[in-house]
Amino acid sequence: MYKILKKRDLNPVITLMEVDAPRMAASAKPGQFLIVRAHEKGERIPLTICDFDSKKGTVTIVTQVVGASSRQICYLNEGDSFTDFVGPLGEPSEFVHMTREKLSGMRFLFIAGGLGTAPVYPQVKFLHSMGASVDVIIGAKSSSLLIFEEEMKAVCDNLYICTDDGTAGRKGLVTEVMKELLEADRQQKENQHYKCYDHAVAIGPMIMMKFVTLAAKPFGIPLTVSLNTLMVDGTGMCGACRVTVGGKSRFACVEGPEFDAYQVDFEEAMRRQTMYRSIETEADHNCKLGLH
Amino acid sequence: MRNKIPRVPVREQDPLVRATNFKEVSYGYDSQEAMLEASRCLNCKNPLCVPACPVSVRIPDFIREVEEGNFAKAAEIIAQDSSLPSVCGRVCPQESQCEGACILGIKGEAVAIGKLERFVGDWSRENGVKFTDKAPLNGKKVAIVGSGPAGLACATDLAKIGYDVTIFEVLHEPGGVLQYGIPEFRLPKESVVKTEIENVKALGVKIETNVVVGRTVTIDSLMDDEGFSAVFIGSGAGLPKFMNIPGENLNGVVSANEFLTRNNLMRAYDPSYDTPIYVGKSVAVVGGGNVAMDAARSALRLGAEVTVVYRRTEKELPARVEEVHHAKQEGIVFRMLTNPVEILGDEKGWVRGLKCIRMELGEPDSSGRRSPVPIPDSEFDIESDVVIMSLGTSPNPLIASTTKGLDTNRWNCLVADENGQTSRKGVFAGGDAVTGAATVILAMGAGRKAAAAIDDYLKEI
Repeated sequence: MYKILKKRDLNPVITLMEVDAPRMAASAKPGQFLIVRAHEKGERIPLTICDFDSKKGTVTIVTQVVGASSRQICYLNEGDSFTDFVGPLGEPSEFVHMTREKLSGMRFLFIAGGLGTAPVYPQVKFLHSMGASVDVIIGAKSSSLLIFEEEMKAVCDNLYICTDDGTAGRKGLVTEVMKELLEADRQQKENQHYKCYDHAVAIGPMIMMKFVTLAAKPFGIPLTVSLNTLMVDGTGMCGACRVTVGGKSRFACVEGPEFDAYQVDFEEAMRRQTMYRSIETEADHNCKLGLH
Repeated sequence: MRNKIPRVPVREQDPLVRATNFKEVSYGYDSQEAMLEASRCLNCKNPLCVPACPVSVRIPDFIREVEEGNFAKAAEIIAQDSSLPSVCGRVCPQESQCEGACILGIKGEAVAIGKLERFVGDWSRENGVKFTDKAPLNGKKVAIVGSGPAGLACATDLAKIGYDVTIFEVLHEPGGVLQYGIPEFRLPKESVVKTEIENVKALGVKIETNVVVGRTVTIDSLMDDEGFSAVFIGSGAGLPKFMNIPGENLNGVVSANEFLTRNNLMRAYDPSYDTPIYVGKSVAVVGGGNVAMDAARSALRLGAEVTVVYRRTEKELPARVEEVHHAKQEGIVFRMLTNPVEILGDEKGWVRGLKCIRMELGEPDSSGRRSPVPIPDSEFDIESDVVIMSLGTSPNPLIASTTKGLDTNRWNCLVADENGQTSRKGVFAGGDAVTGAATVILAMGAGRKAAAAIDDYLKEI
């Protein structure tokens, strides 16, 4: 059993849990995800890995209540256990395989939407520890739904906050902030003393990632997205997670979850996310990677 | 002379009734029926059935005990070679193995070896008979990857001779294909699968679920950091194939693996479980193997009208005759010499049907079967709102890609010799991970062979 060692409500609908899972804590890398089951009759629910500590043997997850299955997770308390907790799953982020020497000369831009802030955190933390320069844009509906602001500040160079209602940071969408930063970058292209972004990563609701992709494309910056598709086993067995990337059908669970944003068929991916929505009155699969 | 009666028929649930439930189709023999059927066995001096069994169960010996009513003794004889009699009695293709070799089958009907094995397995369970005799621990640890038939068979043999065996299973329930693949109505999970796995555990075998070998741990970390002296990989063939035709990613197109995993492992047919399943009104199943039959018959039980679409003729169907027969009885429609060329969608991106082309049989291909050839301009549509792709599976490349020096062939199958030895010292493999998708019993046979090879290897070092 996988005991919940620490539980903290980040706000009324988002809960953070630190779970005892030594094997996973020792092997997890930024970009990967896990699958939990809250009880014996529960669904297998993919969630992003928000943090891991191999010394303590713990893995941290963040869940937002949006339906029946996520509520079951959030109802668990400190001292309770998950019936199942399996991972890490998926491929780590590409930069995990780069050397410190290479990374220390690189500049990254992260675009995090809502609960997508959670999986962005371990990536930024990793890059920071490797000496890379990292800017982060966090977008949320409202200030009450902002998470990981302080933690992120500690590991990034510049943090930009925006909310739909203007209750925190700037009022507006992440795409606007991103476009401004990329535009500023473009202005400085000739400036030898200025370091432009080498790579951008967007993680959030599928619709946000789609619009970030459209907005980033004219700037020609490499962009990675992390796809929160439907999954059952999460190990390549079922194929529920298939997405069209570069005209080819790929399995997000084993070949992803991260893909080159410009190659992803977002319309299809969004449509496929709704496959079981008509049956499930409550459980909303958008939450399955904790991203909505 | 032995009892020259016809083969004792086995009682089954009425087709019309069973088409609406997930209870087991076959009731199996009771003790009287079993003893009567056992009396048909000729007890051949040189039995042909035993070498035809991939795990070499001493068939005439156990049947003789059944005939005399010594069911515990019969169980003991089977247990020497198989830890899964209730499973194998249900899902082995006996007609092409033991029963296919039975001398009685030449002029009449073979002895119902499978049904007798099932009877003995079920009797043991109902009467609490277990066989836990084993040698004292020898201090050597063996890791097994995957708790399917190959892994369970390998674990059983190694545990019996004193090895400290741990099975690592990726899913939350052990059993592999017995758990996620084969439906409840052919193989009950609680009574049969769980019990036989408990019997393996009673030998001291540990099963650790939720471990992804290749991610959570690696073959190397198991050997270098966790003290396992040898590893057996029985990770199966879990990756579903698709046809790569237009429309395959429409909503409503699923792999048979997904459909069956939702229904079997996740128990979607039981409303008290949370996992959803989408069945629609009409389901088209593409493929003709046992998995296709399982998917078709599951969809039928979930309330859909089901059509099986297969590109060859009924004669070439790879599924067991019994399964096809059961499927037809239950009302599943078969459309032979038919191959999908496109999956048709509606304006919202959901399946509305299959565009198919009629086929005819041409020259035999490399498998010896006549290969299907499309008839030009013979396209037609089949209406359906769910399409289940059941085109076979291939091994998951995860372990090979995370283990240096472990060779695979071009189908992603692990390369291993007949004893299961891979290209890595101390690493053995067997079952579908090596052969590609095959049967439960062949995987068990490979697991047993590898267990013997692992014992030889570990005695040397």
